[in-house]
Amino acid sequence: MAAELPARDGFDVSDVEAYLASHRQKDLLRLLTCGSVDDGKSTLIGRLLHDAQLIYEDVLASLEADSAAHGSAGDGVDLALLMDGLRAEREQGITIDVAYRYFSTARRTFIIADTPGHPQYTRNMATGASTCDLAVILIDARHGVLAQTKRHSYIASLLGIGRVVVAVNKMDLVGWSQDRFTEICEDYRSFAKELGFGQPYFLPMSALAGDNVVDASGNLGWFDGPPLLEHLETVDIDASVDLEHFRMPVQLVSRPDADFRGYAGTIASGVLRPGDEVVALPSGLSSTVERIATFDGDLDVAGPGRAVTVTLDDDIDVSRGDLLVTPGSEPQRAHDLDAMVVWMSETGAEPGSSYLLQTANTVSNCAIRSLRHRVDINTGAHEQAPGLGLNDIGHCVITSDRELAFDPYSANRATGSFVLVDRLTNATVGAGMILGAASAWDRTPDAALVRQRSEISDAERAIRFGQQPCTILLTGLTAAGKSTLATALERELFDRGKVSIRLDGENVRMGISRDLGFSTQERSENLRRVSEVARLVNGQGLIAIAAMVAPDRDVRQRARDLVGVDRYVEVFVDTPIEVCRERDPHGLYAMADSGEIPRFPGVSADFDKPTDADLRVDTSAQDVDECIDAIVRKLTERGFLRGLPNA
Amino acid sequence: MSATLPAELRLTHLQQLESEAIGIMREVVAQCERPVMLYSIGKDSSVLLHLARKAFFPGKIPFPLLHVDTTWKFREMIVFRQRMADEIGFELIVHTNAEGVAQGINPFDHGSKNYTDIMKTQALRQALDAGRFDAAFGGARRDEEKSRAKERVFSFRDAHHRWDPKNQRPELWNLYNGRVNQGESIRVFPMSNWTELDVWQYIHVEQIPIVPLYFAAERPVVERDGVLIMVDDDRFVFDEGEVAEQRLVRFRTLGCYPLSGAIESTATTLPEIIDEMLVATRSEREGRVIDFDQSGSMEQKKREGYF
Repeated sequence: MAAELPARDGFDVSDVEAYLASHRQKDLLRLLTCGSVDDGKSTLIGRLLHDAQLIYEDVLASLEADSAAHGSAGDGVDLALLMDGLRAEREQGITIDVAYRYFSTARRTFIIADTPGHPQYTRNMATGASTCDLAVILIDARHGVLAQTKRHSYIASLLGIGRVVVAVNKMDLVGWSQDRFTEICEDYRSFAKELGFGQPYFLPMSALAGDNVVDASGNLGWFDGPPLLEHLETVDIDASVDLEHFRMPVQLVSRPDADFRGYAGTIASGVLRPGDEVVALPSGLSSTVERIATFDGDLDVAGPGRAVTVTLDDDIDVSRGDLLVTPGSEPQRAHDLDAMVVWMSETGAEPGSSYLLQTANTVSNCAIRSLRHRVDINTGAHEQAPGLGLNDIGHCVITSDRELAFDPYSANRATGSFVLVDRLTNATVGAGMILGAASAWDRTPDAALVRQRSEISDAERAIRFGQQPCTILLTGLTAAGKSTLATALERELFDRGKVSIRLDGENVRMGISRDLGFSTQERSENLRRVSEVARLVNGQGLIAIAAMVAPDRDVRQRARDLVGVDRYVEVFVDTPIEVCRERDPHGLYAMADSGEIPRFPGVSADFDKPTDADLRVDTSAQDVDECIDAIVRKLTERGFLRGLPNA
Repeated sequence: MSATLPAELRLTHLQQLESEAIGIMREVVAQCERPVMLYSIGKDSSVLLHLARKAFFPGKIPFPLLHVDTTWKFREMIVFRQRMADEIGFELIVHTNAEGVAQGINPFDHGSKNYTDIMKTQALRQALDAGRFDAAFGGARRDEEKSRAKERVFSFRDAHHRWDPKNQRPELWNLYNGRVNQGESIRVFPMSNWTELDVWQYIHVEQIPIVPLYFAAERPVVERDGVLIMVDDDRFVFDEGEVAEQRLVRFRTLGCYPLSGAIESTATTLPEIIDEMLVATRSEREGRVIDFDQSGSMEQKKREGYF
């Protein structure tokens, strides 16, 4: 099934040599096909191989026999059966695993990972996608964009596939309608905006009839792009190869005799030449490359994907598990990782579960520290969940017992990926893509630290101050009136004899958060610092009033968890954005509109409106006193303005 | 094909496949305690052996090679086996199912299914158990047969050497999980992503020695059910009326001589073989009699522990 069958007669041996010479120069494209159960994916691959004349006669004969027994194509050969390997699956009529197919054309060699559309098999699709450069996503022209389409697109994006062909199949069943095709393309574009696919290639086709698979279609005269095979033969696959950041995980130390000490591994990224300086991690020791040794002689240069054995000038201590890198472009190092995890086992995972964590260069003990959220892969929505079950995808914080050297998965698949292995069964149970070092929210304090206790009890403080400590977060858009309310609330509490501390977002940025900017991560860190301060002052019996934009729902949730839900009061200052724009004392909205300020919540970044705030106020409809009354009523209701509970 | 990648850094697909296989072999040696390489003496094994030499260069191959000898291999294969062991200097283990020999099990009287089970499948299990091997390299490729298209690179076997297609470990990126408990093992297929053309081409480019049976020569054969079987020694059992005739034939796959079908061919060099292959309309395993026993038969044999 592998051979290329060029149409040619009277082919002599010198031609073979010429053919081999050209075949040797071909590169390799690994692609993934995904679609729903009935989208005709297996038929498409069968058609691709069949029309490119890549199916052997006996395979075709056995296919004809199988078609009679299991086929669903009615008359003729069911090309889908070519792809469905295992017998049980054949009888069920569903492909349930990853099957690999191989073929080559005059321009390129291909490996197709065929992955199932069945809803239960996210695991297999992630597996297939992990090694692919391109994904073909099938859509049935009659049904358009379905939940599965979104699911497959999301997983392809999650696994870092940047190139996508959206194949709108079964065009024959919608009368070859250009309008229908355009409609589906628009649907797809509108949900796939954020998936990072660059520009998907939209292609109308009929795999069953062979239109636009290998040959251009007469039925689709209104479409002038190349058919699928031509696109696959010409799409640029080298553009994403990283030549900048040298990384080589050391697999083995080769010491055949006293004179040779080499480090064997495959270059994950970057370029290596004899004479280059390299740093070994985790030791951080540096040395110079002496030789790049191979069976075929020493190399002058080696790049990504090449298996080599490197010798160094001096005998620094390097062993399996180390990472060789170039100085100046070193990877991140941390014990705690933020990662997206695809769960692959029937036995679920929960915060606290521990596993072996295997990366390209190390195995360590790890635990899932927390599950930030689970992703609903049909909608992309984040949802709270107690754990991950089979085929779930979640944003996890993972703590390893050894420091890991890594890159974000988006920058380097090889040094940004890991699998989780069950310690008892040795099964591979999860696959992870590293987002980065876990944020300070998730960092564990040094185990040597001991918390110093106060000798004053909470009750004593409550009696002295006449209040129960709490943290009030005023969240809302820029110019919504948060600072005004915070100041007025501070005054009101003061006049009532209460003791509070005001933490204004802007003031904080002039001091303890002077080092922070306005990215999502930095906004998150700013709220973390304010929350930590609030927790400290709450611990001393005081009321904290924080005024922050706090645009991210997940981050507000973390603030709530940090302060403690019993002490947390969220006030949504829900002033309409038009009013905020009109007020805009510092002209920030105008700067956001012009792009001078990037990622501005409400303009060029999301502001997640609170849906479960303790209180909602609107400074365009209520004056300051009304708002403060409402807040004080809420504080009273929750018992914070009394000295002793039940007193 | 690329404007962005300098030519000296571009890997051709053969170089990519080679590097992938080398990486896999090194990973097994790093992770597993007692690896072994199954050496069938065929062309895929020859490539595997060559890859192993490259993977551990300048060191020696750090594991033994195991040949399961059914006693029915072509004589030229056994000669070649010895030649390779002498020239390359690897540790060679030869195992034969002594019980099967004592019972006189042979492919003529006992049918290919029983014979293969006893002299190959059982024998392989015996040898793996005896050596307490926790990883065994094989030269199988995913393009050979439908059920193999889904086989993992690291294929998990339980303590009874059984392959359960529903219980295979997910395999992502190039992260291979070779951990096993006592008695369990991993079959490793470094050439999973190679095609038959890749194998031939690699043999050609790298000038890898292969058994002469792959090249066309006049050989004594009988034709049975459309398959040409070579009469390799005097144990051959002729059916009534059968006589050996000299024909110009070669083999696309090698195994036990009574079960290996020859094809008529004039190809005496690698380019000629590749030329024939390029216009071939029959896939490689068709020459193997064992696959025809029952539908999905390779899948069945794999579940039972056949390589």
